[in-house]
Amino acid sequence: MAITLSESAANRVQKFLDQRGKGVGLRLGVRTSGCSGMAYTLEFVDETLPDDITFESFGVTVLIDPKSLVFLEGTELDFVREGLNEGFKFNNPNVKNSCGCGESFNV
Amino acid sequence: MALLQIAEPGLCADPHQHRLAIGIDLGTTNSLVATVRSGSAAVLEDEAGRALLPSVVRYVQVGIPEVGVEAQLRQTDDPHNTIASVKRFMGRGLKDVPGAAATPYRFVDSPGMVRIDTRAGLKSPVEVSAEILRVLRGRAEASLGGELTGAVITVPAYFDDAQRQATKDAARLAGLNVLRLLNEPTAAAIAYGLDNASQGVFCIYDLGGGTFDISILRLSQGVFEVVATNGDSALGGDDFDECIYRWIVEQAAIVDPTVTDARLLLSLARKAKEALTDHDEAQICVTLSSGQAIDLVLTAETFFRLTASLIAKTLAPTRKAMRDAGLGMDDIDGVVLVGGSTRMRHVRRAVADYFQREPLTNLDPDKVVALGAAMQANLLVGNHKTDDWLLLDVIPLSLGLETMGGLAEKVIPRNATIPVARAQEFTTFKDGQTAISIHVVQGERELVGDCRSLARFELRGIPPMVAGAARVRVAFQVDADGLLSVSAQEQTSGVQATIEVKPSYGLSDDEIARMLSDSYSNAQTDMNARNLREQRVDGLRLLEATQAALDQDGWQLLSDAERATIERAMETLRVMLNGQDHIALKRAAESLNRATAQFAARRMDASIQRALSGQRLDTLEV
Repeated sequence: MAITLSESAANRVQKFLDQRGKGVGLRLGVRTSGCSGMAYTLEFVDETLPDDITFESFGVTVLIDPKSLVFLEGTELDFVREGLNEGFKFNNPNVKNSCGCGESFNV
Repeated sequence: MALLQIAEPGLCADPHQHRLAIGIDLGTTNSLVATVRSGSAAVLEDEAGRALLPSVVRYVQVGIPEVGVEAQLRQTDDPHNTIASVKRFMGRGLKDVPGAAATPYRFVDSPGMVRIDTRAGLKSPVEVSAEILRVLRGRAEASLGGELTGAVITVPAYFDDAQRQATKDAARLAGLNVLRLLNEPTAAAIAYGLDNASQGVFCIYDLGGGTFDISILRLSQGVFEVVATNGDSALGGDDFDECIYRWIVEQAAIVDPTVTDARLLLSLARKAKEALTDHDEAQICVTLSSGQAIDLVLTAETFFRLTASLIAKTLAPTRKAMRDAGLGMDDIDGVVLVGGSTRMRHVRRAVADYFQREPLTNLDPDKVVALGAAMQANLLVGNHKTDDWLLLDVIPLSLGLETMGGLAEKVIPRNATIPVARAQEFTTFKDGQTAISIHVVQGERELVGDCRSLARFELRGIPPMVAGAARVRVAFQVDADGLLSVSAQEQTSGVQATIEVKPSYGLSDDEIARMLSDSYSNAQTDMNARNLREQRVDGLRLLEATQAALDQDGWQLLSDAERATIERAMETLRVMLNGQDHIALKRAAESLNRATAQFAARRMDASIQRALSGQRLDTLEV
């Protein structure tokens, strides 16, 4: 199983990285917080950590720490537009239920 | 389902804790809103994909006013209720509104700021601006999917306190939390990342729809200082359209075009202008309501020739700003183009020729101010590591108060970084004085009459003391938006008074520019005037003290001859007080001082004798 980006997400990430002018990739993660137990994190990466697990998707490097990978195994990160709003969305097969907002979840 | 954005390393917000921040360019002609998403600043568009919101508000009988394109379309049909360019009226009284008679609006003078009579009632410029901001806020909330933490709103560098306060009030009325007001040229400089340099001097050339502003900024240690501003508040892209329009009318020999035809031709003129940015000629092809068919080709060359005088009109204020700043071409480290009109090739060329360097143009000149504001907003809500850049703003004109003799005492000097608080101690001039009138002024000149009066208030209840014994501490505080509050406290008794300065009306940009340049050109006269006033105050005080002493024990301690000498010296001083020569005045005061030296010594002896008489030596505590 792997972590993947949709093509549109990869294009966006690449564009943001270019505009930012630095950074080696994108870090996906989870941490314990939020209304439903776990919350996603999404950050630029300037330095890789020794334990990081690396995936490659449409030319974009995705990094994830081993603890988070347990909860994210098989996740696809998509970039979507909803009306005027646009942003990234986690399609995570491990999720049993999430809070209404989708920012935090439970496995 | 909330959509996520990419955060800076280690700065990922907790769920529901996203700090959404926006930057708003509240323009005279168009307004924009921008935000930073996933590390990049971007302008937010409406449902139709338009970034620019025309700054036009049309009041309707009932319900929410129309804002933007719809309102703009109705401008000709419904001129009284459709308000455009409201920014020109912000914080202004009727007498300060430039060209009020030329506008179709029904202005009503009212204390503080003009009101406009519309079918929805009297509207202040603040309310009209709030309608524009409300639409932008709605667009931002729909785009970001949540409540906004705050907004940075840009204002022209020359906006004074009243105009800034009015802008802030409009934002509050629109339900926005104002993180800070930011100078437009500073915002443009931020968008270009010029603040990442350690220092430099930058020139911001801003040619918008109806206004032209030139600002020279100096960056040092992360602080942008506005060195000089100038401009023309009635010059912009619309004038270029007008030039083409007149050319069409002339070429096609159109006699008395109807209102509809004129509007049609103006919009074709605008399209031709835009086409000439990328092409060497533009076709103007239309059939008028009279049936007259028009088919003209406007070449770029003709267009450049037609509008050369307009460009020259931008270079005159530019030269003036450079002169005010005392800078040469070699001192300029970068030129930034702002405003849609700077897309025109010959504008760019003229600017490049004048500054002998290529201006920065890689950002969209319409969006650059909003983008810079968004970046600043993102920083202020803490979505960005602050050690990367800490940007401060400065106050444009010195703030101070009136002291005895009509002198302006500067408490906070011009270009002090804000927020700032400074205090100074003042005292009473007369014996037994129980109140002090505090007159807050703004400006660079030495005499109060040449500065702008911002506010007056009184500190009462000072216990009666001899002149000079009271200690009145006056504190000036300017918040991050450049708004001033002044408080005064008498230190020995603790009585205090405070005022928030909301000046009743504003200064025009020309006035600000004039006040600044006057302060340079009149430096010598001002200094002489200050010396003269100071000497007068000293002289008056000396006369009063001498007279009081003479009345008290002059008859006892002085011979008639001595008394006559002193009175002669007093008379000379009195005459000099009305003169203009501060040196002669000073000499007269000194000679009175000399003439009274003996008298003062005798008074001292007499008071010691009085204190000692009737006391025995051994009871004295020495």
